[in-house]
Amino acid sequence: MPLVRSGKIVEDRFLRVADGEPVPERGPVIVSAERFLADADEFAQREDAVGVIWPNSRNVSELEPHLANLALIALVFPVYKDGRAYSQARVLRERFGFRGELRATGQVLRDQFLFLMRAGFDAFEVAKPADATAFEEAARRYSVFFQPTGDGRVTVARVRTSRDARPVSVRSERVSA
Amino acid sequence: MYLYDDFDRTLLAERVAEFRGQVGRRLTGELNEDEFKSLRLMNGVYLQLHAYMLRIAIPYGTLASDQMRKLAHVARRYDRGYGHFTTRQNIQFNWIKLAELPDAMADLADSRLHGMQTSGNCVRNITTDQWAGVAPDEIEDPRIWAELLRQHLTLHPEFSFLPRKFKIAVSAASHDRAALAIHDLSVRLYRNGAGEVGFEVGVGGGLGRTPFLTKIIKPFLAKRDLLSYVEAVLRLYNQYGRRDNIYKARIKILVHELGAEKFGREVDAEWQSIKDGALALDPAVIAEIAARFRYPDYERLEDSPPALAAARKADARFATWVDNAVSNHKMPGYAIVTLSLKPVGKPPGDCMADQMDAIADIADRHSFSEIRVGHEQNLVLPHVRQGDLPEVFRALDAIGVATPNVGLVSDIIACPGLDYCSLANARAIPVAQEISKRFRDLDVARGLGRLHINISGCINACGHHHVGHIGILGVEKNGEEFYQITIGGRADEKAQLGTLIGPAVPYDDVPDVVEDIAQAYLELRQQSDELFIDTIERVGVEPFKERVYATR
Repeated sequence: MPLVRSGKIVEDRFLRVADGEPVPERGPVIVSAERFLADADEFAQREDAVGVIWPNSRNVSELEPHLANLALIALVFPVYKDGRAYSQARVLRERFGFRGELRATGQVLRDQFLFLMRAGFDAFEVAKPADATAFEEAARRYSVFFQPTGDGRVTVARVRTSRDARPVSVRSERVSA
Repeated sequence: MYLYDDFDRTLLAERVAEFRGQVGRRLTGELNEDEFKSLRLMNGVYLQLHAYMLRIAIPYGTLASDQMRKLAHVARRYDRGYGHFTTRQNIQFNWIKLAELPDAMADLADSRLHGMQTSGNCVRNITTDQWAGVAPDEIEDPRIWAELLRQHLTLHPEFSFLPRKFKIAVSAASHDRAALAIHDLSVRLYRNGAGEVGFEVGVGGGLGRTPFLTKIIKPFLAKRDLLSYVEAVLRLYNQYGRRDNIYKARIKILVHELGAEKFGREVDAEWQSIKDGALALDPAVIAEIAARFRYPDYERLEDSPPALAAARKADARFATWVDNAVSNHKMPGYAIVTLSLKPVGKPPGDCMADQMDAIADIADRHSFSEIRVGHEQNLVLPHVRQGDLPEVFRALDAIGVATPNVGLVSDIIACPGLDYCSLANARAIPVAQEISKRFRDLDVARGLGRLHINISGCINACGHHHVGHIGILGVEKNGEEFYQITIGGRADEKAQLGTLIGPAVPYDDVPDVVEDIAQAYLELRQQSDELFIDTIERVGVEPFKERVYATR
């Protein structure tokens, strides 16, 4: 399953470690929520990057005390029409200020890319190779945005009411913290 | 009218391009039907019994004459020459081909029309009073707030894949013409004791197999907080609404399971953390939206011009129609005219392409090129000079939309039912047709006064049968159509759910049952101006039950 980061198909440097399997000494890893929370202190000491795969049915505020020790949070779309992880992403980015990689995983289609980016995701495990190739085009599908989200895209309302109207697609500021 | 700008036009063009790509991927098999389903639904495309159906939004029910002509064009070019106005300020075309859908959408987009978010598990078309901006009893134009919400919730990145659909209605009048209480979220604009204008917010209304009316969770919300508060409600719903069972996925179930008070507290906690952020409404943003609602350049006129009185005297049919279909306007000398899409024996809410064109012409001549669509599936000319009424009547009568049955027993709300819908268990439209034929004598209908009949062809309740004064629900028993009858429901400011009066009756008996109920009312009412619904409130359902089932 291709991984898209910064608009490009890239190699996944993280190793996904299943529960019960040993965590390798070195290298970036992704572990389950249960495992991460159970061994949070140990993972905090780890030199290499740690990521967690977080189910969409669990409150992300449980992660808040650990965010500084996390390089990556993978949020799950069991099917693409289950949109709980959009809210989790916005809370992680906009309320808790998480700056690490926020990865969308599960049934991720090109039709979601822009929604995902606007909600704060910056990495995408894409279900279909053709969708990964079409990433750039899908990400530029819309130039008009009504909602102020943490992605900083300038909203229509802001442009309409500002005297020095700027193009809408410029990511010139963070609108909400 | 609301003036669209380049942003609105660009967004629609981008949406059409995206949908064209999605249809292309479906046709090549790159998207399977399950993947395509949610995408097409969010563009208003359903797969019905016989064909794809396209549902077009008419935001807050306001339609310009050129848009009406565009609907006529789509009806002719892509459909079978007619459209069907729904109970949520939408219009549906029932016979569109998948391959032609992107072209139909592109044509619609040229006239600022679209099907975005008219179906699917997202925030649906936001509805309001069809008399918004002209009703004498409103404190402000509710469309400003509906439009602010519409913009904010269009392609919202967080709330496009909710557990289930989410319907919002806004009203600003003392009389509720928007059926607030049956919506997932209701927003009522009013002036509080301190003289401030703000919103009363309710959640958790909805019909279907588990009907609920909204519960008020915010008695007073300041204007600046509307978007942040709605965002907080939706964030809770998106995360905690049930996704394990489609019949329990609406917010009404979440509100019911948590309790409205607890749900309100949770919303409040979420809201506190976002209310002073980017969603706090800047007065400049509100003013900018308000400024783009343009009102006609009304003439200074007197009410009740002499020509009107003379015309009434000269033509009894005209006088009857004025008494039934014409309502007071907030500007002196003007009137609000309701166009009945309920001619005797025809499907409620249907409109032929030729009628649409004619209505557009009449609107150009007599209503500042503006038309409204109401949840009762009728149309409205919102700004007619009272002196023009005789001419308007003749023009409307000539195209069959001047039946003086507005608000009467034959002004029936009905879903498409088994004639079109793949979910239905029973027919709805033919039931409406039979009832309206039974009450074709308009003197009899007028004698019954205001009486709303609502018919749904299945438990999903698209015909809002729970809130009909008489509600009729089609069910299937051993392969035959039966109908459950409720009475005493209403969807206005005194909203309540109707009460079932007894066992379901067969298809052929429905008009007789309605007639029995009507007859019982005539015998029970205290005086001729006691409305049907008030008689039920006074005497209860028991006497009606007895009357209907005495001989069955």
